[in-house]
Amino acid sequence: MSAHRKFLLAGLLVALLVAGVGSYYASSHPDGLEYVAGKTGFIDSEKTDGPSTGSPFEDYGTKGVDNDRLSGGIAGVAGVLLTLLIGGGLFYGLRRRGGSAEDVASTEPAVTADAD
Amino acid sequence: MHVPDGFLDAPTSVATGVVAAVGVGVALRKARAELDDRTAPMAGLVAAFVFAGQMINFPVGAGTSGHLLGGALAAVLVGPWTATLCISVVLLVQGLFMADGGLTALGTNITLMAIVGVAVGYAVFRLVLAVLPRTLGSVPVAAALGALVSVPAAATVFTVLFAIGGTADVATGKVLTAMVGWHLVIGIGEAVVTGLVVSAVLASRPDLVHGARGLAARKPLVTSQAAA
Repeated sequence: MSAHRKFLLAGLLVALLVAGVGSYYASSHPDGLEYVAGKTGFIDSEKTDGPSTGSPFEDYGTKGVDNDRLSGGIAGVAGVLLTLLIGGGLFYGLRRRGGSAEDVASTEPAVTADAD
Repeated sequence: MHVPDGFLDAPTSVATGVVAAVGVGVALRKARAELDDRTAPMAGLVAAFVFAGQMINFPVGAGTSGHLLGGALAAVLVGPWTATLCISVVLLVQGLFMADGGLTALGTNITLMAIVGVAVGYAVFRLVLAVLPRTLGSVPVAAALGALVSVPAAATVFTVLFAIGGTADVATGKVLTAMVGWHLVIGIGEAVVTGLVVSAVLASRPDLVHGARGLAARKPLVTSQAAA
């Protein structure tokens, strides 16, 4: 396996661990905006009956999974993979094929990517 | 920082939707120059990593928490135009699948985090980098400062939007003080995470850090030329 691929896989593993396991230990306090909205008095202007997609992962839980750790972990892993899929697909489609980006230093040969 | 449905009125939400659409449209064209066979998978990874990072709320006192926004981090790692797309994808996944951030507020959230967060974070990064020694060691420091400023900047723009189109009748000054104050503290967390992650990537793959291009390494590194 190339060093480049190893690096990408290691990064993905970290992201999956952070979202799938680490998120359980995250603070459950309201975030800055929610807190300020509550303190200064506009939290009630939130429309809780707004449009919904009916996703099984709403509020970072998994519908039908009762165990909190598992429910949040599955949602986190799903979110990371969905982001990777949509983002990766988009960037793969946008990239300049078979060469380096134009702003890469000219010392870098255009064939570097093929070395993988 | 994710704005839910209802905080801002319809005209303001439509206006930020237009700003977001134009911003993402420009980024889609400009990002092509930043993306190649090597950086495209890295950009996908950065988006996935920011999604994960945004799940980790850290306490900042008084029953409040904050989490990574990731705009400055993504901009330093993969370039500002690609970063705008990275954060937009994260917000899209959060809005569509996690019910985090209102669907009618998606344009607002893209404007605040993917456009303002990235633009301010990257601009401050470039400014700081210009005055620091031209070594790789300056990159995480400049990235952290960009991250630090990007969070209260996004909070300020939210307050401006709230002053224009907030649905609740709350004095703008009160909201501004609280938003900027708390998000300055959250910005410190953003700076720490951004500095550490940029350092970690620089340590293993300096060639993959967009913001480090053209900078001399402190110690001899295997350059891509030698490797190829």
